[in-house]
Amino acid sequence: MKVNKMELMKDGKRTDGRKRDELRPIKIEAGPLYRANGSCYLEWGGNKVMAAVYGPKEAIPRHIQDPRKAIIEAKYNMASFSVSDRKRPGPDRRSREISKITSEALENVVLVEMFPRASIEVEIEILDADAGTRCAGITAAAVAMADAGIPMRDIPVSCAAGKAGDTVVLDLVGTEDMKGQADVPIAIAPRTDDILLLQMDGHMTPEELDEALELAIHGCHQIAEMQKEALMTKYKTFEEE
Amino acid sequence: MSEPNSIACIKRDYLYRLAKEGKRPDGRKMNEYRPIEIEADFISMAEGSAKVRLGNTLVVAGVKIMEGEPYPDKPDAGAIVTMVELNPLASPVFEHGPPRERATELARVVDRGIRESNTIALEELCIESGEKAWIVFIDIDVLDYDGNLFDACSFAASVALQTAVIPKERYDRGENVPLPVDDPPVSCTWVKYNDAIVVDPSLDEDEVADARLTVAIDKNGDIRAMQKGLSGSFTADEVKKTIKETVSLAPELRKKLEESYGKKD
Repeated sequence: MKVNKMELMKDGKRTDGRKRDELRPIKIEAGPLYRANGSCYLEWGGNKVMAAVYGPKEAIPRHIQDPRKAIIEAKYNMASFSVSDRKRPGPDRRSREISKITSEALENVVLVEMFPRASIEVEIEILDADAGTRCAGITAAAVAMADAGIPMRDIPVSCAAGKAGDTVVLDLVGTEDMKGQADVPIAIAPRTDDILLLQMDGHMTPEELDEALELAIHGCHQIAEMQKEALMTKYKTFEEE
Repeated sequence: MSEPNSIACIKRDYLYRLAKEGKRPDGRKMNEYRPIEIEADFISMAEGSAKVRLGNTLVVAGVKIMEGEPYPDKPDAGAIVTMVELNPLASPVFEHGPPRERATELARVVDRGIRESNTIALEELCIESGEKAWIVFIDIDVLDYDGNLFDACSFAASVALQTAVIPKERYDRGENVPLPVDDPPVSCTWVKYNDAIVVDPSLDEDEVADARLTVAIDKNGDIRAMQKGLSGSFTADEVKKTIKETVSLAPELRKKLEESYGKKD
């Protein structure tokens, strides 16, 4: 798609017709997988993500065990067919970094002290990508962890804000991510608004960043409701059966 | 398949006993498949794709088509590359890392069925003799493992190819065109345990199986690829009988695949 910078924002509308503070459509399903202890399937605009959780279980090899607490091993992976040019299978530097900050964000809310020497494995598979996959991945992983019954203080949720067409906008779409001026993905614990993950690239004034943070937190709260609803839907169905 | 775990060993006796009475743990007949759900063209970034649920087994296949160099022995044809990822999402025993023997066998068996039934007209994928051709990558992502990956992966790959387009626009070579494809093969996988032979093994059946046989059948009911796996054996009569049963199961499976991608007669 060929869009020049100026066209990213036209008459208060974005390239996909959204307003500046509007999220893309999101669909969350809790527990679609049979084998995993907990799982979540999430569609967010053009993104499709599957997350699965295994554990807590004994951390292997032994030298990675922490005698005081469980470790969270999140792995973010993009399917070969999820991007425009086929991605070679296996981790690259980008996915390693995302795996690390995702693990750290999730660890913050898990009652890790309850499971010394254990590991909680969180697998995030990006099946279809259209900007914001790390946010979609964390949001899905959090639901999968709740579905697995992992004790948590809160259910983390993630969303990005950014700057495109000289405007601070919520939840960047592919063209805005590529041609836009800045991207600020965050993850929060929605009960306290504590920030669990924060990255930024691009160019913004401090005032614009304040605005982006506010917008992203606002987006996170909307998504948090959808996460809860997905979990409620699954367990309500159980009750009815 | 993998080393049977202790629960599978306990289940083995139970499965053996049932098999003697001609029964299976989930009540299926020996030649009965689990429900099959297929969603074609499911990934927007892929040139073609399919999501297949076979019982609780879930796989997604995506096709990417890129410009590349043709093989020196076939300078006027494109190429297929098939890969299967046994994703750690799918099972507690699947691990990260490059494909091992099991994933490689799986990918090669799927590949062989597609290649030998001439599903893709590779000679039409030549761009410039000896220099450039379209390379078709079929990547299969296993997301939930509840038995019979051979058929689930084969169905997903077959349907994904039927929905695929050559992304000519991305390479400034004119408009996108559908990938030239013919009817796909239909794969049928059987396992043998305690002298019973059953189709579409569930996870427990996969784990106690002594031997496995995969047969790929084309639209005329002819055989295009086979693979016998695991350390057990079949008698020649068992192989013949299994092929016969596969030929009689294939039309219904083929119909399922064709419905998913909306084949026009």
